[in-house]
Amino acid sequence: MAYATQTTKRLKQFFVEIGELSNFAMRFFKEALKPPYEFKELLRQCYNMGNRSLVLVGVTGFIIGLVLTLQSRPTLIEFGAVSWMPNMVGISIVREIGPVITALICAGRIASGIGAELGSMRVTEQIDAMEVSGTNPFKYLVVTRIAATTLMLPLLVIFGDMVALYGSALVENIKGNVSFQLYFNAVFDALEFGDLLPATVKSFFFGFTIGLVGCYKGYYSKKGTAGVGVAANTAVVMASLLLFFVDFIAVFISDIFYEL
Amino acid sequence: MNYDMIKKEQILSKSETDMGNEPVIDIRDLRKSFGDNHVLNGFSLRLYRGENLVVMGKSGSGKSVMIKCLVGLMQADSGFLSVMGKEIKKLDRKTLDTLRSDIGFLFQGSALYDSMTVRENLEFPMRRHKEKLGIVTDTTPLVVEALENVGLAHTMNLMPVELSGGMKRRVALARTLILKPKIILYDEPTSGLDPITAKEIIELMRSIQKKYGTSSLIITHDVDCARVISERMVLLVDGINYAEGTYVELSKSTDPKVEAFFKK
Repeated sequence: MAYATQTTKRLKQFFVEIGELSNFAMRFFKEALKPPYEFKELLRQCYNMGNRSLVLVGVTGFIIGLVLTLQSRPTLIEFGAVSWMPNMVGISIVREIGPVITALICAGRIASGIGAELGSMRVTEQIDAMEVSGTNPFKYLVVTRIAATTLMLPLLVIFGDMVALYGSALVENIKGNVSFQLYFNAVFDALEFGDLLPATVKSFFFGFTIGLVGCYKGYYSKKGTAGVGVAANTAVVMASLLLFFVDFIAVFISDIFYEL
Repeated sequence: MNYDMIKKEQILSKSETDMGNEPVIDIRDLRKSFGDNHVLNGFSLRLYRGENLVVMGKSGSGKSVMIKCLVGLMQADSGFLSVMGKEIKKLDRKTLDTLRSDIGFLFQGSALYDSMTVRENLEFPMRRHKEKLGIVTDTTPLVVEALENVGLAHTMNLMPVELSGGMKRRVALARTLILKPKIILYDEPTSGLDPITAKEIIELMRSIQKKYGTSSLIITHDVDCARVISERMVLLVDGINYAEGTYVELSKSTDPKVEAFFKK
């Protein structure tokens, strides 16, 4: 009985949180369309989130490319299909692995960063200070951050994909004596517009999800300094879970288009 | 009705007659609850032009809640709140923001923006009120003037993390002054500071009031601060204005709840 009550309470809490998050998203669209626009802050956030994530995304992408190729090679050799390596790696990285891995890396780095930063600003009354100075803190802090992650994530995904493909090409070059030119020609032959478009579109949604969750958790952070840690932590967990959910919906929708 | 309540009525009518002007802040029957916790149970207060009014109360008595309701950071459950003749509840966002440029707010923890330099901290409030200040391009003279007022002109390019607690409070005060407010709300201006720095901050508050003729509403539980700066005091107990009077009058009270504030 106690277990059932607790489960009901948690379920209720979950739906309340989803409702609040939806309201937060609606407020984002409402505030984003209304002037004044905070372009300067948007550019600063784009620089912070995009440029400062490049190395992390690059290193991760490179290793993913290397590992994927090294792991797949023996199986493909066994079936005499090693020449399909660029096709397999290219399609899997561009359509799924690149966007999801980059988004997860960014959820860890960016969502937690936003959660902690806004949480700390809430606790130290900096958000209140902004409000009383006549600046809309939601517009200045939240809208710019969500817009920046939405705009930057697709670029990071493209960058991560390129580096991952380069890692894969490097393995093929060393182990299979395949030239870089031949490898990339094979990759681009295998890829179609239908592979790139859904991946790029879903990257925008991934970016939006990361920014939204990070801002939501930080903006409504409670319980003093301990709340800042909670905000950062729950931002990562919630953003990562939602990313998989968004990915599922994106794949489901793109699959419908493939069948048409 | 106890002794202080009777005196409160006398003082209220006395101050109205003496000041001979409209209150810049008028709070009537303010109520605010957080769940079952009734923080404000019908609090009333009037602040007159050029006056230094201290509101004293124990921690958690609702002092900060009251001034946050006053600037629209919190919504009161009921009651009348008016600043410079404008009822806060009835104001739209734009009008409230314009009104806020006439109200300076010094936060308890200074609330300086960590990611900005001192200069950027001071420039930040000017972004939305350029018309009021008549700024064309260069904000430097205003920033320098505000920092000179608090004796910290040399810190312009420092980050808040490089400042001491007292310096942060002074910079926060300079940021408050930059919009040339008519009213300044101080939320525990001396809390967390050593006695010497606290004294400096109090002196600074007095000199600012003298220089700009601002009206000040000071929230504190620091008796020394209240003694030095107050012209009139309100004691907030159990969510109501329990007693009002000058420091001398209240410090002589025999009411146990009032006495508790002045016991060393």
